[in-house]
Formats: sequence, C-alpha cells, structure tokens
Amino acid sequence: MEIHEYQAKAILADYGVAIPDGGLAYSPEQATYRASEIGGEQWVVKAQIHSGARGKAGGIKVCNHEREVAEAAEDLLGKRLVTQQTGGRGKGVYRLYVEAAVASESELYLGFVLGRAAERVMIVASASGGSDIEEIVASDPSSIVRINVEPAVGLQAFEAREIAFAVGLDPSLVPQAVNLLTACYRAIIDLDITMLEINPLAVTADGRLLALDAKMIFDDNALFRHQDVSELRDKSQEDPRERTAVDRGLSYVGLDGDIGCIINGAGLAMATMDMIKHAGGDPANFLDIGGGASPERVLKAFRLVLSDDNVKAVLVNIFAGINRCDWVAEGVVQALRQLDVEVPVVVRLSGTNVKEGQAILAQADVGVITADSLAEAGTKAVACIAGRATK
Amino acid sequence: MSIIVNENTPVIVQGITGRIATFHTTDMAKYGTNIVGGVTPGKGGTRHCGVEVFDTVKQAVSATEATASIIFVPPPFAADAIMEAADAGIEYCVCITEGIPIQDMIRVKRYLRRYQHAKRMCLIGPNCAGVISGGKALLGIMPAHIYMPGPVGIVSRSGTLGYEAASQLKAEGIGVSTSVGIGGDPINGSSFLDHLKRFEADRETEAVVMIGEIGGLQETEAAIYARDHMHKPVVGYIAGLTAPKGRTMGHAGAIVSTAGESAAEKVAILRDSGVTIVKLPSEFGVVVPKVLRR
Repeated sequence: MEIHEYQAKAILADYGVAIPDGGLAYSPEQATYRASEIGGEQWVVKAQIHSGARGKAGGIKVCNHEREVAEAAEDLLGKRLVTQQTGGRGKGVYRLYVEAAVASESELYLGFVLGRAAERVMIVASASGGSDIEEIVASDPSSIVRINVEPAVGLQAFEAREIAFAVGLDPSLVPQAVNLLTACYRAIIDLDITMLEINPLAVTADGRLLALDAKMIFDDNALFRHQDVSELRDKSQEDPRERTAVDRGLSYVGLDGDIGCIINGAGLAMATMDMIKHAGGDPANFLDIGGGASPERVLKAFRLVLSDDNVKAVLVNIFAGINRCDWVAEGVVQALRQLDVEVPVVVRLSGTNVKEGQAILAQADVGVITADSLAEAGTKAVACIAGRATK
Repeated sequence: MSIIVNENTPVIVQGITGRIATFHTTDMAKYGTNIVGGVTPGKGGTRHCGVEVFDTVKQAVSATEATASIIFVPPPFAADAIMEAADAGIEYCVCITEGIPIQDMIRVKRYLRRYQHAKRMCLIGPNCAGVISGGKALLGIMPAHIYMPGPVGIVSRSGTLGYEAASQLKAEGIGVSTSVGIGGDPINGSSFLDHLKRFEADRETEAVVMIGEIGGLQETEAAIYARDHMHKPVVGYIAGLTAPKGRTMGHAGAIVSTAGESAAEKVAILRDSGVTIVKLPSEFGVVVPKVLRR
C-alpha cells in the first residue's frame, strides 16, 4: 500500500527525522492560510498523488507570494496529473501539501528496499540525489553505496557512519545522518515498510539534513497488525478496476489490449498472456481468480473484465488443482445468462472435475467456444478478435 | 528414487484441524503419503484425519519420528510455525500459506541460519503448491492424477504452470520423478538452485524442467549452476514476457524492479547457459521429449 508524501513525512518526523515546516490543504484558501502559518517568503505547493516524478509533470510549484500559493492551489486541485509513472489516465489531485522552501547546498539520494538476493533490508544511498535511482545508476554508478542490514541486530551506528562518509557528508553532519538512518530503519521494522525513499535528502546551508520528499510503501500482507497504517489508504489514488478486484478477492492488473483474461494462478495467467501475444493478440488484463473460486467469484471476474470497454473477447483458462472446473463452469454459465455479454467467450478447462465442468457448459448451451489445450485457447481467442471465429 | 519425499517419509501436518488442512490431509493420505500426525496448539491428545494431534511440533516429532512437515497455518502465524518446525528438527518443511509478511520471512531465513548448512531445514515455499513424487507421495495441494512416475524433475515458482507442464508430459506418456513448487513470494525458502542440485544427484531424474517468471534473480543463478555443474539437461520457461515493468503480477515476487529481472533478460541468460528454452507454455510436451531422446 502506498501513502502520500505528507503522510510519510509525518511518520518520519515521529521517528525523529527532520522535515521542512508544512501543512495540508484541501482548498486555495487553506493553502494560503498554511503559507502564512509557516511564514517566510518562499513556499512550495506540492500535489499529493501516489506517484513520483511530480515535478516534471508540473505538480510541484515554487511560490514567492501568498497570492501565488493560492493560484498554484487553484490550478492543481481537481486536476488529473499525468507523470511518467501514472499511465495515461493520470491521478487526481485532491490534496496539497504546502511547505517552506528550502535552499539546499547539496542533495542526496537515500532508499531502503528489500534486497531479494540477500533477503534483508538494503540501504541504497548516493551523493547524486534529485533524479531517480535508475538515472543515478546509469549516470554515476560509482556514487552508489549499498549496505545489507543484519536482521537479528538491526542497523548499527558504524554502518550508518560508513554510508554517511561514503556519500561525502561533512564530518560535522555525520552524527545527524546516523540518527536519521537509524530512525528510518526503526520505522521500517516497526511498521512493515517495504520501500522507503527520501529523495532528495537536503544538506542545508545552516548544517541540517532535511527530508525534502518521502515515498513509503507498506507490506499489504502485514496490514493486519497496523490498524493506524491501514487508515492512511487513499482509494482515490487507486485504479477503480484494480480497487474493485481487491475488494472482490481477485488479483487484477489493467492493460491496454482487447482480450479479457480470466485465469487461475499468477504464473498461468502471465503465461496465457504470453500465449495471446505470441498468437498476435493483446491481453486487456491480468486476472487471477485465486484458489477455491466459487461460481460467484467467477461471475464477479466476468463483471470486472467486461467493465473494460476495450474488451472484444474473453478467454477463461483454468487448470484446476485446488479449484473445481464444475464451479468455474457454473460461474461462466451464470455470467453469460445474467450479464449482457456481447463478445465471444473462449473457455478452456483442465484438472479437477473437468468432465463435470465440460458437461455443464455443453448442457447450458450458452454459446461458449471451448478449447482443450492452452495452445488452442490462445489461438481461438485471438481468432475471435480477427473475426475468424463465430460465436 | 525421487527428491525430498517418497512413500516412506513420515509427515506431520501443522494446523491439521483447519478446514483446508483437513481437505488436503485426506487427499495426501489417499495418494499414499505416510501421514503420521498433526499439530494444532491446544488440541493435543485428540485425533483428526485418522492421526494423533499434538500441541507442539517437538512433541509430534518425538512421538512419530516425523522428518517432514506441511504447514496450513494462517499468514499471521505461519512464520512462527516454520521456525517451530526447524527447531524440532524437521528436515523438509512445505509451507502452503499465502500472504506471509516480508519481515516475517526475513526473520525466518535468519533463524534458519542458526543451523549449519548441512543440518539446515529445507523450506519449500511459502505460497507454493508443495511437492509431489510421482506415484509415491504428495506433500502439497496439486491435482495428483496428472503426475505419473517417470524421469523428469519439475521445479516451478507457479503452481498452475507446474500442473500445465506435468499434464502436457503425461499426454506424451512421460512421468515425473518429483515436482517442486517453490512459491511466488519475493523471499522464499529454497530456490531453483537448491532443487537443481537435488535433481542432479537423484538417480531417477534424467532431465529437469525449470519454470520461472519475472522478478528476482534466482533463475539466473540456477542457470549458471546448470552450465557449470550439471550433467543432466535442463529445460526452462520464463512467464511474463508481456508483463509491464513496475507492476506486480499476482505473485508478490513477480515484479520487474531491477536489471536482469524481466522475462526477456532471463530467457537470454538461460539460453546462453545451455538451458533448452520452451518458448511457449504450450510446448513443454514438445520440447521435453526431444531433450529426453538426445
């Protein structure tokens, strides 16, 4: 689960990380009021959306007058911001964060990620902050410092010092850096954070380390033990179809093609998409109905897939182990009878109770195109799009 | 021969009294698996699915001499169950549970390092289909009828893709020595590499099918091992050629985040390491017979 910058900063501040003065605003009036509360002569108005690269997309505005703050807020609120990371639809701006502008002497990159190979939390730091980590890796690979934290004892001061010296911090700033790094690590462990990025981490002229931006992702599987974190979820930032999928116990990722996929198992789902692509088609989505899927869940999957107007054919591919083909077939029949399905539906069933499932489909006579193998399923689905198959 | 389990391996089921565990315990016993007991804290002394239930894994092991366990415990408690199995001296532990927090798995992996490598429990999963040795024993949730005894070892992240491969092989009259599902989580117990080593040492296995997907570098590490140390042929498939970067495709671990994690990059590395590539998931039944005939 992702959260907003202002929420991440509030969490970091609780753990003792220094952040600039700032406040949340839902309207231009509030934004101006926040600016006057903060004081000073320069502010930054930042669109709160779940995406990086906001600056390049015009989502961060530097203002030299309270009037400009109001104008920036007026401009941003209600807008859909399209960044490199959001996809074409962009994300709606409904909250702003107004912050005191900070004159930084230098800017660092600091990230905490899961190091999959080491199976530990890995700290990644670089003296070249500001741009994203891929760019730093490409342009200045030698500036990157990596440390894997031993989980049994946690981050040690010497490791934090090593990072601080390696990114070229002035020795007078090293104690601050050690506190900052240990605070972040503590937050990660306490709250089951899977990714924390402070970019940039500013060194100010008066010798302070300030987190100018913060991105935080939480482990969805650990939310059960963090009621307070769950409350930070902002559904306005989620793709409506993916949100519906989560609420219905399905795993869904929307894509740009026209063949809707309903499959069991993440691996088989990816493989089926590859089959479609190979046969010359384009999958409209990734969808895993999971294990033990009831007819109702299959019906819900149909609703979800058909809610995408691009879908011109549906491919159901099931290899049942823990699932049951008869239940899936029931679901398919219900979907075709209850929903207004105007596109051809290809169904491939295999595994547990396959005969019962096929019998249900044959008896119901709802006009599905059946396939016996994965290869046939892919070819038939693509043929539907090309108009070579009849319903 | 086979790897990990055979018809004699004494197995306990952790969380045996749960609904899903009950269903699969019955299934595993029917297949011929030597289920010798179960564990559910607080239900010690009762019987379930025809075997005795114990309060702790240690009690179960000392009473039954079990060497393998399978875990059907809900995600908040699953990491604890894995460590309990390790502490009780279990050699092979399959964890079916999906949705274990990453921090918990980091802790589990660290805990397992208390034991020297040779004595360390082999964890299979979590979030996996388990292990089946064709015609001998089932320590998992696979549809058993698609596996017949034979010379091919399968190791797969995905459960359903493993089924797909086994059924295509069966259609060609080819059986499976053992099929291992290693699971779709970013941090899992045993890797492709661990099981390639076992298959290389297993007399019955003549060829290995490795089914990977986007995310992580385990397939790459395994391919390099195959190139440098294996005498048996390896056939590989990587799912997710069409997956967009930065999006999680169902499995928590199926996300391309750094270089070398995309399907195209993995396929290239596998091919360069001498692994025979299955280009399409519909072609296991075409490629494997050719490799076996060589």
